[in-house]
Amino acid sequence: MTNNNGRFGIHGGQYIPETLMNAVIELEEAYEHYKKDPEFNRELTTLFNDYAGRPSRLYYAEKMTKDLGGAKIYLKREDLNHTGSHKINNVLGQALLAKKMGKTRLIAETGAGQHGVATATAAALLGMECVVFMGEEDTIRQALNVYRMRLLGSEVIPVKTGTATLKDAVSEAMREWTSRISDTHYCLGSVMGPHPFPTIVRDFQAVISREIKEQLREREGKLPDAVIACVGGGSNAMGSFYHFIEDKDVRLIGCEAAGRGIDTFETAATVNTGKLGIFHGMKSYFCQDEYGQIAPVYSISAGLDYPGIGPEHAHLHDIGRAEYVPVTDEEAVDSFEYLSKMEGIIPAIESAHAVAYARKIAPTMGKEQIIVITISGRGDKDCAAIARYRGEDIHE
Amino acid sequence: MSKIREAFENKKAFIAFVTCGDPDLETTMAVVREAVANGASLIELGIPFSDPTAEGPVIQGANLRALTGGVTTDKIFDMVRSLRRDVKVPMVFMTYANVVFSYGAERFLSTCKEIGMDGIILPDLPYEEKEEFLPLCHTYGVDLISLIAPTSENRIAMIAKEAEGFLYIVSSLGVTGTRSEIKTDLASIVEVVRQNTDIPCAIGFGISTPEQARKMADVSDGAIVGSAIVKIIEKYGMEAPAHVGEYVKEMTEGMKSGA
Repeated sequence: MTNNNGRFGIHGGQYIPETLMNAVIELEEAYEHYKKDPEFNRELTTLFNDYAGRPSRLYYAEKMTKDLGGAKIYLKREDLNHTGSHKINNVLGQALLAKKMGKTRLIAETGAGQHGVATATAAALLGMECVVFMGEEDTIRQALNVYRMRLLGSEVIPVKTGTATLKDAVSEAMREWTSRISDTHYCLGSVMGPHPFPTIVRDFQAVISREIKEQLREREGKLPDAVIACVGGGSNAMGSFYHFIEDKDVRLIGCEAAGRGIDTFETAATVNTGKLGIFHGMKSYFCQDEYGQIAPVYSISAGLDYPGIGPEHAHLHDIGRAEYVPVTDEEAVDSFEYLSKMEGIIPAIESAHAVAYARKIAPTMGKEQIIVITISGRGDKDCAAIARYRGEDIHE
Repeated sequence: MSKIREAFENKKAFIAFVTCGDPDLETTMAVVREAVANGASLIELGIPFSDPTAEGPVIQGANLRALTGGVTTDKIFDMVRSLRRDVKVPMVFMTYANVVFSYGAERFLSTCKEIGMDGIILPDLPYEEKEEFLPLCHTYGVDLISLIAPTSENRIAMIAKEAEGFLYIVSSLGVTGTRSEIKTDLASIVEVVRQNTDIPCAIGFGISTPEQARKMADVSDGAIVGSAIVKIIEKYGMEAPAHVGEYVKEMTEGMKSGA
């Protein structure tokens, strides 16, 4: 392998301009220092518990379990976190780290707007300046989140280049970071990008699987049979999987956005349709053409509408430790409605991809078996878009 | 010895960048010939990439126009075969790691050797990752050009010691694009470079005027100009070659008068 720095098997690495190299080295050194620092960890735990509302609930979905007639279904309620998604876990960690490093300004990319809102929130809380890059297409799909970010005091810059979605927002945030490094931390929102981001984001999100394990031990006295989460870049999935990787009997299932289907070009299912490549600082799987041009991917979910996947997921796929399955727009929308009516929980359209796959496999499993679905975020933000998908023209 | 050194022999090098296929490959070939006829001593041929993260809006636009026009890596290789019948100055590709990786690094680099490309610049391949392609670059005699940035500081010596062909010194923070002023202390960077290698170094990013080019060439071995040329091509399209020729002439003469 090329270097051992931040590699997951053959994936990962630091494929970034020289201009950013000292910045990522500085970040890695700071992270290695602070992750062992009791004071840092105390502060972060306080933020997690008192501000973000952790631990998040592990809810037994009894009606859904009965309806599906198979495995017991538990929902890990990341949607109940402050700001409405798992994104706050990573953001509080990185913002606190950036502050310790003496940075005064956060920049971030966002797709659905959940990471942008979380970053804007942390910036407000910690008294930092904040600029969020968001694909212009997504600013239209997720207008409410744009307003939330501005309300929280952040600047939102619509990105018009390329497909004007998440990948272009990442590119623009990287460009911005190369122009202003000394006071600025790039608060990357997923387990992707150059080392050390995939590791840092995973570690801050790993609280999800740590809690699932403890909560399920209390409730059931055992491990789950399957953990299911949606995957774009893959941060809520990585957080949900991490503490179960060594528990080989626990199936780890990542649900990719298949869009209109993996046999069409309108898909964002990276593992199912992509190939090995180098992009956005990492070696991993990417949707691309035969000449390595990154494909304009599509999903109804702005948060999963990304042509790559985090390098640790790519590795878990290579070694067969995790499965990555495609879920279409139609299946996700159907499950968005299903969970709302069945349990009174409106999930993010991203999370609805995980719900959809659980509905497929739960009936095939025994009643003594357990599935945990991570509900990565709440679905209020998606209501207008789903209504439009169903042909109902409502305005926010 | 690397053929690239010829570009710097007994003179300050003027290095011209052009995005291949913007607006079409015939125009690109004519631009290259005009640039060489007017004093460019090294040509950087950009292979367009869908998501060029190190580029400013001007070169991003050129990448998009070229890809929309249907240019591919194979078509660019064919263009170089034609160019090499008469263009003798050293030429290097500038593209992104995924373009080389997805083509198959060995297939890409062996083709470079076959068609007469002398080097390759990959802005998303820093020192830490150069082993990805370096062994194959050596096999096929293609120089892997290293970049040094204003933020490189303690890394300059390490990079310079192993540099090949020429060293590309990035003048400013940020992405490519013309700048009214370049503030980085480039002389200090070049000094550290000189202590660690005798290969030539040229400065790029933000250079558009003869005065800037002269200043950059005064502290180094040459100046690299990209966005300013691409802007002319954007403005004049298929009529651009003569305008680029005039511009390169003005720039190369400007560099000489200050020397």
